[in-house]
Amino acid sequence: MLENLEQLKLKFNHELNLVETRDELEKIRVAFLGKKGLVTEELKNLRNLSGEDKKTAGMQVNKLKNEIEQAIVSYQTVIEEKEYQKEIESAECYDYSIPSENEAGTLHPITIVQRQIEDIFKTMGFIIEDGLEVQTEYNNFEAVNIPKNHPARDMQDTYYLENGQILKTHTSAAQNTIMRKYGAPKPGEPLKVLFPGRCFRNENIDASHENTFFQLEGMMIGDDISISNLIYFMKVLLSEVFKRDVKVRLRPGFFPFVEPGFELDINCAICGGDGCPTCKNSGWLELLPCGMIHPNVLRMGGIDPDRYTGFAFGLGLTRLAMMKYNIKDIRLFNSGNLKQLKQFTN
Amino acid sequence: MLISMNWISEFTDLKGVDLKELINRFTLSTAEVEDIYEMGKDIKDVVVGKIIEINDHPNSKKLHLVKVDIGTEVVDCVCGAPNVFVGAVVPFAKLGGQVGDLLIQEVKIAGETSKGMCCSEKELGISEDNSGLMILDENLPLGKDIKEIYQIEDTIFEVDNKSLTNRPDLWGHYGIAREISVLTGRPLKPLSLMDTSVYKDLDPIDLKVEEDEKTFRYSCITVNQISVKKSPVNMRIRLTYCGMRPINLLADLTNYLMLELGQPMHAFDHGKVSKIRVKTFSKPVNFLTLDGVERTIDTDTLMICDEKEPVAIAGIMGGELSEITDDTTSVLLESANFDGTSVRKSAVRLGMRTEASARYEKVIDPELTTLAIERFLKLLLEIDPGAKVTSSLTDCYVKKYETIMIRFDKTYVDKYTGIDISSDQIENTLTALGFEVRRDGNDFEVKVPSWRATKDVTIKADIIEEITRIYGYDNFEIKSTMSLLTPIRHDVNREDEYRIKQLLAERFSLHEVHSYIWYESKLNKEIGIVTEPNIRIINSVTAENDTIRSTMIPSLLGFVYKNVDHTPEMGMFEIGRVVEGLKEDGLCNERKKLAIVLASKKLSEKEVYFKVKDIITQVVNTVKNMKPTFSRDDKLKNYNYIHPINNASIYLKGENLGYFSVLNPRVRNKIDKKLNVVYAEIDIENLNKVVAKEISYLEVSKYPGVTIDLSLLTDKEMIYDTIAGYIKEYTCEYLKSFRLVDIFEDEKLLPGKKSVTIRFEFVSMERTLEGQEIQSMVDGLLELLKEKGIELR
Repeated sequence: MLENLEQLKLKFNHELNLVETRDELEKIRVAFLGKKGLVTEELKNLRNLSGEDKKTAGMQVNKLKNEIEQAIVSYQTVIEEKEYQKEIESAECYDYSIPSENEAGTLHPITIVQRQIEDIFKTMGFIIEDGLEVQTEYNNFEAVNIPKNHPARDMQDTYYLENGQILKTHTSAAQNTIMRKYGAPKPGEPLKVLFPGRCFRNENIDASHENTFFQLEGMMIGDDISISNLIYFMKVLLSEVFKRDVKVRLRPGFFPFVEPGFELDINCAICGGDGCPTCKNSGWLELLPCGMIHPNVLRMGGIDPDRYTGFAFGLGLTRLAMMKYNIKDIRLFNSGNLKQLKQFTN
Repeated sequence: MLISMNWISEFTDLKGVDLKELINRFTLSTAEVEDIYEMGKDIKDVVVGKIIEINDHPNSKKLHLVKVDIGTEVVDCVCGAPNVFVGAVVPFAKLGGQVGDLLIQEVKIAGETSKGMCCSEKELGISEDNSGLMILDENLPLGKDIKEIYQIEDTIFEVDNKSLTNRPDLWGHYGIAREISVLTGRPLKPLSLMDTSVYKDLDPIDLKVEEDEKTFRYSCITVNQISVKKSPVNMRIRLTYCGMRPINLLADLTNYLMLELGQPMHAFDHGKVSKIRVKTFSKPVNFLTLDGVERTIDTDTLMICDEKEPVAIAGIMGGELSEITDDTTSVLLESANFDGTSVRKSAVRLGMRTEASARYEKVIDPELTTLAIERFLKLLLEIDPGAKVTSSLTDCYVKKYETIMIRFDKTYVDKYTGIDISSDQIENTLTALGFEVRRDGNDFEVKVPSWRATKDVTIKADIIEEITRIYGYDNFEIKSTMSLLTPIRHDVNREDEYRIKQLLAERFSLHEVHSYIWYESKLNKEIGIVTEPNIRIINSVTAENDTIRSTMIPSLLGFVYKNVDHTPEMGMFEIGRVVEGLKEDGLCNERKKLAIVLASKKLSEKEVYFKVKDIITQVVNTVKNMKPTFSRDDKLKNYNYIHPINNASIYLKGENLGYFSVLNPRVRNKIDKKLNVVYAEIDIENLNKVVAKEISYLEVSKYPGVTIDLSLLTDKEMIYDTIAGYIKEYTCEYLKSFRLVDIFEDEKLLPGKKSVTIRFEFVSMERTLEGQEIQSMVDGLLELLKEKGIELR
């Protein structure tokens, strides 16, 4: 019996060496360990023995059985590895350099710039408001202290509609509505609003003139808002917008809806303030109009100018986008030309 | 406006002042200085010379050989001037000197040596006169540097006119000098004037102001026996440097006064104008202005007339027939104040903005009129002592501005500025600017000077500007506000708009575009789009685009047309405004819309259609956490670009959000026959009305569910929504969900029918469902469907 086991072992090793696939391995397993397998038969034969012999032989057969089982398991891993190897070696090699076809969509450049600015103002506690594009003459003019007969109201610049309304000429047209919506601010809780919007001027279009463009206006009204605060906010906000430590300079400027009114300059980014052709050698670039909200404007907005003060500022969003993306021709914005617009992947 | 520093220094001392620093301060405190010009720096070694001998040039008929005595020596020089004569005293540029860009060296001119140059006024840069040599006063010492005699050297700075819009007082040198005196802290000298009270016994001029709405004040006086024709050199230099062409003494003086005081004046030839009527005409009249143009004057334009005939357009320009000529010896001098708005509107209508009208537009101080006459007479009589005033100062003061008194205290200034400016400094600043200040500790009452009281300074806030601009904004301490820490209001709708934009761009690869708020009628015509009438713009410079759009779809289809040649596979969207007619109150019903358009040649029309439907569903679902429903209804307008069959309205919780449609082939073929176009328009405000569904988490069953696919045979026309509706009628707590798997149509196999495969999922929260149970549920469902005419295939 023991010789028989030796022979079985030799036979198994011999046959295992010939195995190449999982199927062949399975056949060997059945041939040795299956219900009628050779090792199984030997186990059955044990019942013919007795005593010490049975015990010894039993141990030997079981040992052989374990050895074969283990050999099959480890050989299985080898075969699997071989098969993986084979699959990988025969795999098609893909050309990683083939361009990806799925083109991304884009946001309009105005949307991108507007969003960035809105985000900055939101972190400073500003509410963002939206105004109508078709406005009453009252909202666009009277309510922001531009009375009848003011040069700004000469017909030629403004689109007048059949019903007497107009297409808003500036974002300030929303001031009155916003003041009335929020009312007088509570002590220590100034009203901080940013209102971007599309504006219209009745003029012919060329590379630097559009009849339809975007502005962005902000205001802050409270019981103790001062010129000093205005300068602070402008400096901090503009440093964020331009991503550098901006120096600001105020000059007197006249706008009917503010008093005092200012032209705000920032130090030229190109020369750092030393003077260059971009800033006409002054070191400063005229950026935006701003000022303390005119008492008449507050009053018309239902806010008592004897108790409250506020500042307002306006920014040409279209102009800012042109600066940021180096756009030379303003007509791009309303062209719908995808060759141009699809470059604004953000 | 051009400002001469020599002129300024006549009114306030500028000795030792750093001009560059002063001009910078002026920009920061008053108005923007755009440019600085250094005049006369390029004139060197030009001296007084006398021509003592003239000989013919051997090689030229035009040129002469002259000998010039310059005191220390006599110099040979070749001269080509036509007005050269022996004894003429002229400016002479010596060797080594400079005249403009020309460096004076010994040269040969047509073979003859020239050791210097006799100069014209133009060569010296002091006027445009190049007709001949500048002839100087024969009493001038020979050899004296011309720059010591005349104010050729000057610093001119150019102030941005726009920044003077609201400062009528700064439209003359005296007003600028006042600002500068405040900035330097030096006194402002009073104007030297002629006292006109000495003429009070002379007859007044026959003056009648018939149109008193448009006239504030009209002052005039007459002067005879004027013999001097040409203005003094220094006056001509100043006029030239400040951008005005010297003409003759009287015209120059009116211009000089305008540049000095900001008061426009007009000199009529007294021989031609003796009476003054200020009026408008009841019918349009023709009038020849002094620029030689015949103009038609409408009935709103204020005119100055003699007895009957017009002689000037008030505040704008005089007439040619009463113009001062070289023969004029007597003058009727006008110094008036007209209504600024009226002058501006007339100037715009006539298309002639003049130096005078530009000043009247700014609403200048009516107190200036007589002041200007007194100053004019002072200068005239200095230049021409023989002139005789022949009338009393005739003055019709129609409308006087009220005196403006303003009260405020330091607390107000502190609050507005956010900094501490002392009461002394407030007082000093305002006093220097000409305000009369009454102060009691920290309480102020100030009287606004007449030159600031026409519109510029009227309220307390205006006083703040005066104080702060002189204090200097660059001297401000800058401070943040003190405010309570409160949460920022969250604007869901605005966030949603950005989420929609981002979704469309990032997930569906669409491009955002912006289009005009009006229909582009030419383009619409080209692609056959018919739009409905809507409210119109009445004054557009592009008259064909006068109709405000009521829908954005034509705008986007126009973009499809513009892009199809280079980018046929395209997707675009815009969130923009339209006007859907008028509301009950007569105002425009402005709506915010989202428009989407998809075009493709690769995809079939049906594929594009379902892609758009998918986009709409995702848009709504993203912001509202709910899927919209779609239906065909009759609410859609009958636009000719809508596909009559393949369109659908979009609903969410009963709100009509809009619609989507295949492009009508009639328009499609005009754009591109092979292009498949589908578009959608969603009303953002209606979408905003629907409150987003909160996320509500449902426990998932621990037990396995069973899915069963059923292929249902229905009529071909039955839409999926109908089938789904029937299934929803089947009440069964274990039917968790169902969804469409496939629709199969085959006219031969299933004539008039279609097979709709739906996957049903049955699951219980408590236990594993038995096969038999499920079968009976399916049977129940099928029974219900059978009643609706739907069979299992």
